[in-house]
Amino acid sequence: MTPFAFENRIWDRAETTPRDRLMALQLQRLRRTVARVAEVPYYKEAFARSGITPRKIKSLDDLRRLPFTTKDDLRRYYPLGFLAVPTEKIVRIHGSSGTTGRPTFVAYTARDRDTWANLCARFLVAGGLRPEHLVQITFGYGLFTGGFGLHYGIEKVGAAIIPAAAGNTPRHLMLIQDLKPQVLVGTPSYSLQIAEVARAQGIDPRSLGLKFAHFGGEPWTEDMRVEIEREFGLLAFNNYGLSEVIGPGVSGECVARRGMHIQEDHFLVECVNPDTLEPVPEGENGELVFTSLTKEAFPIIRYRTRDIASLDSSPCPCRRTTVRMSRVVGRTDDMLIVRGVNVFPSQIEEALLRVEGTAPHYLIEVDRPGAMDMITVKVEMRAQDFSDEMRVMEALRERIDREIQSITGIRVNVELIMPQTLKRSIGKANRVIDHRREKGLI
Amino acid sequence: MKIKQLSVFLENKPGRLSVPCKALSKAGINILTLSLADTRQFGILRLVLKDWQQAKQVLEGAGLVVNVTEVVAIEVADRPGGLAEVLEVIEQAGINLEYMYAFTFGSEDKAVLVFRFEDPDAAIKVLQSKGVNVVGSVELFDRAKH
Ligand SMILES: [Zn+2]
Repeated sequence: MTPFAFENRIWDRAETTPRDRLMALQLQRLRRTVARVAEVPYYKEAFARSGITPRKIKSLDDLRRLPFTTKDDLRRYYPLGFLAVPTEKIVRIHGSSGTTGRPTFVAYTARDRDTWANLCARFLVAGGLRPEHLVQITFGYGLFTGGFGLHYGIEKVGAAIIPAAAGNTPRHLMLIQDLKPQVLVGTPSYSLQIAEVARAQGIDPRSLGLKFAHFGGEPWTEDMRVEIEREFGLLAFNNYGLSEVIGPGVSGECVARRGMHIQEDHFLVECVNPDTLEPVPEGENGELVFTSLTKEAFPIIRYRTRDIASLDSSPCPCRRTTVRMSRVVGRTDDMLIVRGVNVFPSQIEEALLRVEGTAPHYLIEVDRPGAMDMITVKVEMRAQDFSDEMRVMEALRERIDREIQSITGIRVNVELIMPQTLKRSIGKANRVIDHRREKGLI
Repeated sequence: MKIKQLSVFLENKPGRLSVPCKALSKAGINILTLSLADTRQFGILRLVLKDWQQAKQVLEGAGLVVNVTEVVAIEVADRPGGLAEVLEVIEQAGINLEYMYAFTFGSEDKAVLVFRFEDPDAAIKVLQSKGVNVVGSVELFDRAKH
């Protein structure tokens, strides 16, 4: 269901490099990266342990001889122990908020920042951005890479920016109404919040005139895309990135919207089983692992993203030759193990969206009151779904119940709750409370 | 002859009735009757009141989900068998009844039954043809004053 079509445009010729040439380039850049990190203490130690030198990297398969890097490794060398250039070469520091306390920092040289802008420009153009557009950014500008990364990319393309930044939804709405941007940038859940505020003010979100949206910063589902596109009458594109790898710009969708093209001339991707760390067959879900190929200030080897997704190397009609990744279906660390079954919050969201008329405002609570794990899904009631008839309400609850069971394979307890009672989050939606953790049961 | 009824979504937790009731009393709105349908998970509060439009605004202002439906009020003698007679008429006419509740005006010896039919207009026609005393809203709220 696309409201309109647009021409496939490619920003950078490198995106269509034939595979064999791309792989030769990757190998050359991998060697250079291994040389570049040789004096970074973490890698220096790891390379010495396994006898790695740049000259021993003879093929891309040798990547597997290199050590993994985890978020904990980055924390151990807090704040900037992974820096591979003298500090005077740095032009920018960003950070990602940890769930506990201190952020982990990443750094950019002037060339890194330019690379970053170019990578963001690639996916923005792939998803319809043109120099004549006006773009409203709803990401925060700060340590978080979302705001600045997209900002640089849009600037690179030559489009105009409203750097509205995060928060104050009525103000965002006013800016959209008065300045009429064609493009919205931010998290998908925040766009729904804008739609909600618009409706509350009696404004049809479709009348706002938005044509494209570029979403990232949090996992979302295909059903949510359908809902957002219907709500605003726009085309929504998914992009992916994380600060440890570069920020947004690691991958993004093209006009075909069959996965996000990974910018393979700048990053090597692996998809591994998070327990065994062995590669999973193509098409199967695994943890994504990235190695940077061109970064100067903060090169990273085999970074474990904790994001679960699958890879697809089949040809894409857009002519880009790069492998595509699926949506992130979950995080290795927000994967809930309930009665021995792996459950991702994203699956519950998908189920809720399948039940027509259920807003994606929900909270998942996990507890173990006795011997058994229990999941309660609290869903906010919306006026349009409310009926004075008990049987209609019970049917709604049962439908939610059934959809969740069909997707996750487990029974949950569905609770309908009063509207506007759950916290609205601006950044990454935090929709899980695991009481078992507080009780020390897991 | 139809009467407007407001339904309010309530969670199943202590004190939940106080939000709508307090909001209405603060706005000086009188409730003619209220009935609560309940499950283990949630409840539906059904209200009949004269100033239903104002009440709807007040309740929504208090953050509640409200919907408006049309119900039919029937007056019967407040004695054993009064309800049964009306129910028999409804059953024989094959009218689809979703739910019902009853209330009295206290001193009077008549009771009012509130019915939610799938098709209230058709139901009123049948009931009136059978001589059942369907009460309109003017009459109903007039009665409440005395
Ligand atoms: Zn493509």
